[in-house]
Amino acid sequence: MSKPIIATASLAGCFGCHMSLLDIDDRILKLIELVEFNKSPIDDIKTFTKQCDIGLIEGGCCNTENIEVLKEFRKHCKILISVGECAIMGGLPAMRNGIPVKECLDEAYLDGPTVGENKEKIMPNDEELPIITDKVYPLHEIVKVDYYLPGCPPSADLLWEALVALVTGKELEIPYELIKFD
Amino acid sequence: MEEKIKSIIKTSGNSPDRLMDILLSVQKEFRCVPEEAVSLIASALGISEADVNQTKTFYHFFSSKPVGKYAVYLNNAAVSGMMGMAEVADEFEKQAGIKFGETTPDGLISLDYTACIGMSDQEPAALINSVVFTELTREKVKEIVAGMKEGKTVESMVPEYGDGNNAHPLVKSMVKNNIRKAGPVCLGDYDAGKTLSKALSMNPKDVISEVQKSNLRGRGGAGFPTGLKWLFCSQESGERYVICNADEGEPGTFKDRVLLTERAKMIFEGMTIAGWAIGAKEGIVYLRYEYDYLLKFLNSILDEMREKNMLGKNIMGKGFDYDIRIQSGAGAYVCGEESALIESTEGKRGEPRNRPPFPTQSGYNEKPTIINNVETFCSAVKIVEKGGEWFSNMGTEESSGTKLLSISGDCKQPGVYEVEWGMTIKEMLDMVDATDVQAVQVAGPSGVCVPPSQFSRKIAIEDLATGGSMIVVGKQRDLIKDIVLNFMEFFEDESCGSCITCRSFNMILRRMVEKIVEGRGIKPDLDNMVQWGEIMRNTSRCGLGQTSANPVSTTISNFRELYESKVKDVDFQSDFDMKKAIIESCEAVGRPPVVHE
Ligand SMILES: Cc1cc2nc3c(=O)[nH]c(=O)nc-3n(C[C@H](O)[C@H](O)[C@H](O)COP(=O)(O)O)c2cc1C
Ligand code: SF4
Ligand code: SF4
Repeated sequence: MSKPIIATASLAGCFGCHMSLLDIDDRILKLIELVEFNKSPIDDIKTFTKQCDIGLIEGGCCNTENIEVLKEFRKHCKILISVGECAIMGGLPAMRNGIPVKECLDEAYLDGPTVGENKEKIMPNDEELPIITDKVYPLHEIVKVDYYLPGCPPSADLLWEALVALVTGKELEIPYELIKFD
Repeated sequence: MEEKIKSIIKTSGNSPDRLMDILLSVQKEFRCVPEEAVSLIASALGISEADVNQTKTFYHFFSSKPVGKYAVYLNNAAVSGMMGMAEVADEFEKQAGIKFGETTPDGLISLDYTACIGMSDQEPAALINSVVFTELTREKVKEIVAGMKEGKTVESMVPEYGDGNNAHPLVKSMVKNNIRKAGPVCLGDYDAGKTLSKALSMNPKDVISEVQKSNLRGRGGAGFPTGLKWLFCSQESGERYVICNADEGEPGTFKDRVLLTERAKMIFEGMTIAGWAIGAKEGIVYLRYEYDYLLKFLNSILDEMREKNMLGKNIMGKGFDYDIRIQSGAGAYVCGEESALIESTEGKRGEPRNRPPFPTQSGYNEKPTIINNVETFCSAVKIVEKGGEWFSNMGTEESSGTKLLSISGDCKQPGVYEVEWGMTIKEMLDMVDATDVQAVQVAGPSGVCVPPSQFSRKIAIEDLATGGSMIVVGKQRDLIKDIVLNFMEFFEDESCGSCITCRSFNMILRRMVEKIVEGRGIKPDLDNMVQWGEIMRNTSRCGLGQTSANPVSTTISNFRELYESKVKDVDFQSDFDMKKAIIESCEAVGRPPVVHE
């Protein structure tokens, strides 16, 4: 039987969840034995080259590119997992959700204390750029998500246990400490 | 302002545990609690402004901005909605020229909604400057607003007075009692003082055992054995308190209103007997603000009882000192929960406490306290008068005695009925002359929505327990929109916000119900809602969060077909709208709102 194929992506996240995946330390060698990676920053494959079994996504959606990537993932992955607070609830980036986008953009490009010189009041509006959405959306508001791994980031142990359970078909046993956050 | 506030503080007792009274008086005087008042009160009482503010902002009837000279609070509970609230609201808006939530520019009229005001048998009803107006219609609203514009007093706009003590010179209210059936316990014959004199010649322990013998269980909803509660408290040492829970906040109940109007002495007598039984010297009635129209009257009854030596020093010459005071609430459903009620009585936010310790161990001012419902105290009087056995011979095995039911909604005879426990829903519907019934909401929003297939179930603590609220829902109603959604909006508003699950899931569930009502629901939403309700039940601190998913979970379980007819049978559906999501930012940066997919 061929190895299960995994893809990962970071959308509106901080890459902390990916870092946590690297935190499984030497178990990464075992992981490579268990699975094959496709599109992912871990192996730097930029586009899907085949259908995958599992998609892991950190970060929510704050712009049109995030949404596009997410939809690609949904198309190419049998199982899609929201990894971490940002993917599940929008996380820190969603702090802007109560503030009108225009105010955020003004603060970032015109009025903020770190803006420097912007005499012509230029806003990034090149057609090549993704468009910022009105709010930061959690993944499951846009596509169907199969599983959720909570944490900011989810601990390496939680990611490891969840992945192993998923690819081996064993029942997931999560010790309470792994999902206790206070 | 400073002088006025100082004098209010002085007359209210100048102590942090009288903060509620102080704020109520300030609100009445200035039609709001201004910033300046907050700092004056804080420094006078020796507490921080944050302390004052947290109490001030917790309650519905305290405001930062002035309400109108005529402050209208229209009841938007489900029954009010069923009886035509929307029309009444529309007429108020038309006549006053403002929307609900607003005040006229001249400050004359403000319009607000409020939760159930205990008038479900005569809806739509509203409070205007704490005067009750019932059975409102477009015509009546026209007259009322015209009266406001002419500068009439609110009292003079009351068209006629209700029956019984509603017409008492200190009440002068248009509220009707609607007593449809009097039973032998609470609404039967009553001879004030007779039982108190009997009790005071008994050993307090014997009083408690008589109550235990009766198997009386609390009438406020939770059904805890009253005698046992009294026994626990009597075994504690030191100062003790008796509190009467007259918060009656569960939408659809109004039987305590009727007892407060017609059986005030009996309630106070019951509290005094309880005080004798447990060894307390002070009793407190926590009266919901919505019943403020009864306050003067109730205080006059207390005065009368003091004059007759049924209260005060050396009561009836038996060497027992005991007195009662009334604490007003200020609009918060959760304050009916006993530990929140205690917090509120101490002048704080009505936030439920962790239990244990239970109030019988550590209650008001951290002293052992019994809290009982209005009806419980009335029942206790009859029990001591006629004996526990007499009482326990009525009702069912586990629910002895009689129960006051507040029956409202789609029936021809809404009102208060005193019946023996054990009546079936079917019998009840015949009694109130209700036909074409879709469901009966038993025990208010936090109770159960019972379908016709279960109408042979009994009204009893062991089957369908109830604090008294019975709402009949006719077939013509949209159960999910008119009832379930209304109930979830109520809980969302009334959650104290302390527990994260209660704070967020009430909102989330309300939004899910809204989604279904708007036709955007999908099948998995139903199981999700039930599951989330279960999480809320298991992780909330007090009864509010533990039961507030009931409107959703009991209707999904009893009316599943109704829900299924409204949701799409798909696995997933996104409400996300790309076009809408990008319009704002494209405008802000100046680019066409086009996404190349
Ligand atoms: C959210 C909430 C609201 C309540 N409201 C009332 C109320 O308005 N009146 C009442 O008597 N009990 C109410 N209760 C029940 C009280 O906590 C308490 O059980 C009752 O007053 C005890 O008196 P009893 O044993 O005589 O019923 C409420 C409970 C909860 C959780
Ligand atoms: S969940 Fe935490 S670690 Fe993961 S992307 Fe968000 S902020 Fe970073
Ligand atoms: S369950 Fe709700 S109302 Fe009760 S304490 Fe928690 S947040 Fe407050």
